[in-house]
Amino acid sequence: MGDKADVWQGTLALMVLKTIEAMGPLHGYGIARRIEQTSENMLALNYGTLYPALLRLEQEGAIASEWGMSENNRKAKFYTLTRAGRRQLAREARDWEQTAAIVARFLAPTDGAA
Amino acid sequence: MKRLRGFLSRLAGIVPRQRREQEFAEEIDGHLQMHIDDNLRAGMSPEEARRKAILTLGGVEMTKQAYREQSTIPLLETFMQDIRFAARQLRKNLGFTLTAVVTLALGMCASVALFAFVDAALIKPLPYPLSTRLVGVTESAAMFPRANLSYLDYVDWKNLNKVFSSMDVYTGTGYMLNTGTGVELVEGARVSDGFFKTLGITPVLGRDFYSGEDLPSAPRSVMLTYGAWKKRFGGRKDVIGQTVVLSGVPVPIVGVLPENFQFAPRGEAEFWSPLNTHTSCEQRRSCHNFNGVARLKDGVSIEAARANMVSIAQQLERQYPDSNRGQGASVDRLSEIIVGDVRPILLALLGGAALLLMIACVNVASLLLVRSESRRHEIAVRGALGASPARLVRQFITEGVLLVTLASAIGVTTAFFAMRLLMRLLTKDILARMPYLDGLGMNYRVAAFAVCIALLALVVFSLTPILRLSKSKLRDDLNEGSRGGGSVLWRRLGSNLVVVELTIAMILLVSAGLLGKSFYRLLHVDLGFQPDHLATFQVVAPSQTYGKDEQSLALSRRIVADLSALPGVKSVALASRLPVNGNGNTNWIRIAGKPYDGKHNEVNQREVSSGYFTTLQAKLLRGRFFTDDEDGSKPKVVLINEAFAKKYFPGEDPIGQHMGDTNLTPKSMTEIIGVVSNIREGSLDTEIWPAEYDPLNQSPDTFVNLVARTSQNEESMLPTLTAAVHRIDPGLATVEESTMMRSIEDSPTAYMHRSSAWLIGGFAVLALLLSVVGLYGVVAYSVSQRTREIGVRMALGAQRGTVYGLILKEAGWLTGWGIGAGVVCSIGGAMLMRGLLFGTAAWDVATLSSVALMLGVSALLASFIPARRAASVNPVDALRAE
Repeated sequence: MGDKADVWQGTLALMVLKTIEAMGPLHGYGIARRIEQTSENMLALNYGTLYPALLRLEQEGAIASEWGMSENNRKAKFYTLTRAGRRQLAREARDWEQTAAIVARFLAPTDGAA
Repeated sequence: MKRLRGFLSRLAGIVPRQRREQEFAEEIDGHLQMHIDDNLRAGMSPEEARRKAILTLGGVEMTKQAYREQSTIPLLETFMQDIRFAARQLRKNLGFTLTAVVTLALGMCASVALFAFVDAALIKPLPYPLSTRLVGVTESAAMFPRANLSYLDYVDWKNLNKVFSSMDVYTGTGYMLNTGTGVELVEGARVSDGFFKTLGITPVLGRDFYSGEDLPSAPRSVMLTYGAWKKRFGGRKDVIGQTVVLSGVPVPIVGVLPENFQFAPRGEAEFWSPLNTHTSCEQRRSCHNFNGVARLKDGVSIEAARANMVSIAQQLERQYPDSNRGQGASVDRLSEIIVGDVRPILLALLGGAALLLMIACVNVASLLLVRSESRRHEIAVRGALGASPARLVRQFITEGVLLVTLASAIGVTTAFFAMRLLMRLLTKDILARMPYLDGLGMNYRVAAFAVCIALLALVVFSLTPILRLSKSKLRDDLNEGSRGGGSVLWRRLGSNLVVVELTIAMILLVSAGLLGKSFYRLLHVDLGFQPDHLATFQVVAPSQTYGKDEQSLALSRRIVADLSALPGVKSVALASRLPVNGNGNTNWIRIAGKPYDGKHNEVNQREVSSGYFTTLQAKLLRGRFFTDDEDGSKPKVVLINEAFAKKYFPGEDPIGQHMGDTNLTPKSMTEIIGVVSNIREGSLDTEIWPAEYDPLNQSPDTFVNLVARTSQNEESMLPTLTAAVHRIDPGLATVEESTMMRSIEDSPTAYMHRSSAWLIGGFAVLALLLSVVGLYGVVAYSVSQRTREIGVRMALGAQRGTVYGLILKEAGWLTGWGIGAGVVCSIGGAMLMRGLLFGTAAWDVATLSSVALMLGVSALLASFIPARRAASVNPVDALRAE
């Protein structure tokens, strides 16, 4: 479990939370498709990696799950955001923006000097 | 918080849940279906749609595994699996498990219980603030390395020293207390004013003694111990300011000491008062009746303090040659003074327990080795099926953990009860002398010790099978019938372990033998009198009524006359101090007409009534005994013991010689009229000192020891005897009713020797049992391994006798090595504890040879059983058995 996987895990969690917030209750397949679409297919996502991430979020209490029927009548588990999940999303989004801004600031002067 | 919640949820996930697996399978199924639906809509063929969906998912089983790992903690889960498997293994081999657990628990119990004693006595600091800075300060003399301190010397020491921030003294005393039901003699202590400040103790109620309160001019006062306050005053807060009548004198109570206050040298004292009135002894520099306690100044080492005190003592020696000649100074840690005596015995006992633990560990280790031998095939199969060596090692460790945990739980619990039991075996007197044992019990140090032992045992138990694993070859082991290299390893390691066991058993047996012999010697030491049928107690008379010499003289004559007339009493005598009570109460003497070099000739001094020697049945060697009418009106006379005659009158007749004090003051002069056999005054294991016996009638006292020789059981006569004393005057107190035999058997020396002999003896018996069982196990296992070989030998014509020889030779070698190493180690061990031996050499040949013989015979018996089995092997069966 290197740092890279952690960052990836973290980012994936953020994407999952944001997707559920944007789309409302959604099943795993839907979340995967949505993430892929949002990234405009820039992200090569193994759909399978989503499930441990979902389980982890559920264990941590950020999301809750419930069985239901999909639009084309398939049995599926729907994930919804809990109040704690909403707080976590807000916090992680802020953190991410901060990190991105800092990294961007680092990259900008190097470009200027070159 | 979030992390914790996640962790807990994963922890809960360890409990395997069928439903969770199934639910996830359904979720993945739904996922794939939806993806396939989408792909079909995008125009793919059904096969293509399905293939693509699974590919994008990243594999169904892979996903399931990742999910499973997230739902629990993988390492922990395999650990739980291991535990379940180990528990199953242990349950399957119940005999092995029980033996291993009980053996180990036994070792742990003994060592943890004894460690708790060692902790309470030697490790736990004394209950005073900064107790390591406290020292005991006393004078030293040629015969007493730690003598008492005279009051005047104390005052000089206190003023002249530059090393103590404070220095105080204490001494014991007794008070007659009217309890309503009668007169009771209670223990007390007299201390200098700053005593409690030096110790760092503040009263819980009332006040401490103020500075100068110990001077004769100050009004009297007393502090109570917490126990005395609760017991005698019902714990009432208003006792402060009330008066208590101590030996007829009303004394105001000024304070109550804290509940946890203890001071071992005066453990039984209930009433603590300042010195106040000075006895005649305390006005003389030559009379020593105090002990000092002092607090070192910051940065002053104990060596520096000692050097300072020695130089002060030398200065006083020059200043007061009469009284201080040869009086040095001794400074030791207070803890040394309090627990120095019990240290060797406790350490020896802990050593014994450690050896027992070692033997237990070795025994279990060899059991594990045997088991890993028989599990060779199983391990090989697991290895072949892909279990990594690390996984197999983890399995062994898990089994070790389970065994050790089980044994520790049992061992520590029984240790707790063993402590209680051992405490119950201690008499009240001994407990009063060792108040630090109050703190005995489970604490973090004892717990840490138990954990250390458990970890150590765990290392041994996991290492043994791992060692075995690393040596074995998978392919050979898979072939079940083969007798590969493993057996060689087993024989080498397993038999070495047995040698170690036998060696340890030998050490313990020899120690027990030596201690037992010492104890026997101690109890059968020549006392110089007949100790049976002697009833003893102390009589204390109030000084108001019996303070004058003629009054106490009349009283003692009355007591002797009345009690001697009782039926069942043969004779009665009085003495200032009873035999076997300890050397001390000494006198400095000088023989008239002999050159004198100014050195102190220190001899035991006892005042005894005229019938004393006949009552004790001590032998008169020369001259005559006192007569009853030799009182203050007659010329002074004295009897001396044989050691006295030998030391001061070598080759001369002491009868008719005169002796006196160091200055031969006329009124101290006395005539030697007889020589008696060496009555043992000191403890059983100390040397006989020269002693003088003065007629009690020439210096009567209100405090005397009474000794009565009875014709029937002396114990049963005690009530009659004390009742007769109370008939003379109900105001007389009788205390410490006992018998001479009981006093001897309960004396600290006898007690120490007895308890160490019994405990080590117990350990030794267990060790013998364990090692013999261990030997049996090794030989039996070796026989079972060699069944086929024996079959071949017999088929080729070997006789049963040869087979017996074969097996017994192997056992004989092991036993021989064990005993040989045992002899060497035992002598070494006995040298370490020679301080505990009495009249017995560390290399006592009788003990060594009888122990060796016993061990040899037991070992022979243990190996005879498997040898018999080997000899009765049917060659046909043995050859067929595969």
